[in-house]
Amino acid sequence: MNKTWNNRAWFMVLPVLLLVAFNAVIPLMTVVNYSVQETFGNNLFFFEGVKWFQEVLRSDRFHASLMRQLLFTFLILAIEIPLGVAIALAMPRSGFWVPVCLVLMALPLLIPWNVVGAMWNIFALPDIGLLGYGLNALGFDYNFTRGPLAAWFTVVLMDVWHWTSLVVLLAYAGLRSIPDAYYQAARIDGASPWAVFWYIQLPKMKRVLTIAVLLRFMDSFMIYTEPFVLTGGGPGNTTTFLSIDLVKAALGEFNLGIAAAMSIIYFLMTLLVCWVFYTAMMRGEDQ
Amino acid sequence: MARIEFDRIRHSYEANPQSDADFALKEISMGWDDGGAYALLGPSGCGKTTLLNIISGLLHPTDGHILFDGADVTRAETQARNIAQVFQFPVIYDTMTVRENLAFPLVNRGVEHSEIARRVEETLRIIDLEDKADRRARGLTADEKQKISLGRGLVRNDVNAILFDEPLTVIDPHMKWVLRSKLKELHQRFAFTMIYVTHDQTEALTFADKVVVMYEGQVVQTGTPDELFLKPRHTFVGYFIGSPGMNVLPCSMDGKTAHVGDQAIKLKHGAPTDAGELALGIRPEFITLTSGRKGLPFTVGRVEDIGRFRIVHGDVAGHKVAAMLAEGAEIPAHPRAVFDPANLNLYADSWLVEPQGVAA
Repeated sequence: MNKTWNNRAWFMVLPVLLLVAFNAVIPLMTVVNYSVQETFGNNLFFFEGVKWFQEVLRSDRFHASLMRQLLFTFLILAIEIPLGVAIALAMPRSGFWVPVCLVLMALPLLIPWNVVGAMWNIFALPDIGLLGYGLNALGFDYNFTRGPLAAWFTVVLMDVWHWTSLVVLLAYAGLRSIPDAYYQAARIDGASPWAVFWYIQLPKMKRVLTIAVLLRFMDSFMIYTEPFVLTGGGPGNTTTFLSIDLVKAALGEFNLGIAAAMSIIYFLMTLLVCWVFYTAMMRGEDQ
Repeated sequence: MARIEFDRIRHSYEANPQSDADFALKEISMGWDDGGAYALLGPSGCGKTTLLNIISGLLHPTDGHILFDGADVTRAETQARNIAQVFQFPVIYDTMTVRENLAFPLVNRGVEHSEIARRVEETLRIIDLEDKADRRARGLTADEKQKISLGRGLVRNDVNAILFDEPLTVIDPHMKWVLRSKLKELHQRFAFTMIYVTHDQTEALTFADKVVVMYEGQVVQTGTPDELFLKPRHTFVGYFIGSPGMNVLPCSMDGKTAHVGDQAIKLKHGAPTDAGELALGIRPEFITLTSGRKGLPFTVGRVEDIGRFRIVHGDVAGHKVAAMLAEGAEIPAHPRAVFDPANLNLYADSWLVEPQGVAA
């Protein structure tokens, strides 16, 4: 086949190029710009090379918030994925209760992050909040503004409440797409409920669960608003995750170079994990 | 191995079936001989799959009983029935190898390891998948996957019957023939009862000793392919089996004479006086076009050449009629259609009027 070469077609992609440039490339380049320069205001810049990157990577503060971040993300995935699958399995497959369950599940997803943070803040207050007061009445010494463990417990519980629904909805969609014949064949083959889960439901949910893990990873790794509103990163620095730390560096201390370098490292880590997931997912498709 | 019997089975998918129309499967009493090859033939939605699922125990009938060798298994669960089923779309366990797939029903039943290995080997040989035994099952072709589904039935040596629910739907045309011969061969070798659901008459007629034709939730006829062809008990059978289907000409009766339009045809027997709507049924194969004085005037319309035959579509007394003409035979200038009296059937309200027990 003879191709007609017409380079004017490139003009067709120009609008999208402009859009991407203004909403992604240029802001990102600004950050790159800050990350390699020192500024003392008045638009005076001095080139510093990789100094900020070296400083960030060697700083104990960055290591600490990174570890907190990784622990938080690990906990979120370890709780929300199995819990979401379990709830999806328990949901009815047909009938009147299906839409009721779906709406109930979707509700937390519709609430804005800062509202969730404020809600849980009040809910968990030891003197007037239902959760806080209740736990104290049961004999637990619970105060999330004072105890690091209580703060972590509250932050994790809040995220589980807010986002497990997403995993449930994805897993439920995956479950619903399994043809009845699989369940019938399993009954004929005498499979136990556990075998049905392990050999039919879980493999068939693999694709949606990969997406669920990816989404929950990205969201929890970048979490900011909810813990910021709930604990403000405290007590001390115990719930200061990467993004909270980043904002403290940038807006609290005006360390623009450090903050920019952190941003880029942070961005590259997220990108790397997403790329690994994407490749693993695509390889699974090919087989 | 067992004989399967249906005792007034009915099934409705509704919770409180009121009228006959609520039943997906209307009352059926029939027997399935041990070792027989049956085809369940009928259009989509006629209740074939419902009937199959009642046998396998995936569905429990609303009314009636199902017996295996005289024992009532109506409420017995699928696992307790020793039935294997192959579905329309291949069901395989994605994460397992071919070998593990075949072992699965045995592992679930707690069969001993050495016994599992022996039977799986044997089954792999039977279904010709020895060289792919350790491959992941998900990467195989549709026909290989269907063989695995079948293999999961064959591997169990306690199977009473293997049910097939349109198993060749997703198979490539050239593989359909291969797989069908394989099934026939296996049936002859192992003599298990085989019930095969299809809406393809060629598949049904080449495969089965007995064909069960279903229509709107009822079994309209059970018989050998010959019986279905020569003596369709219901006009639907005549129409559904054969290509083109049987011609149906509405008529009225006067003793043993049928009147179609202004034409009269002598029959061997008449119909009861209260018989309802009457019609003559004649297959295109049993109509000869002649130029003589016998027969009914035939107006020729379209002529279709299908190789060894030509199909002449025409008109007799205002009704559409198709006739088959052997290759080389000429269509006469003023053709008349002669119906072979031996193969001319009379229908009352779509059901065949049998000669015996009928008022002369």
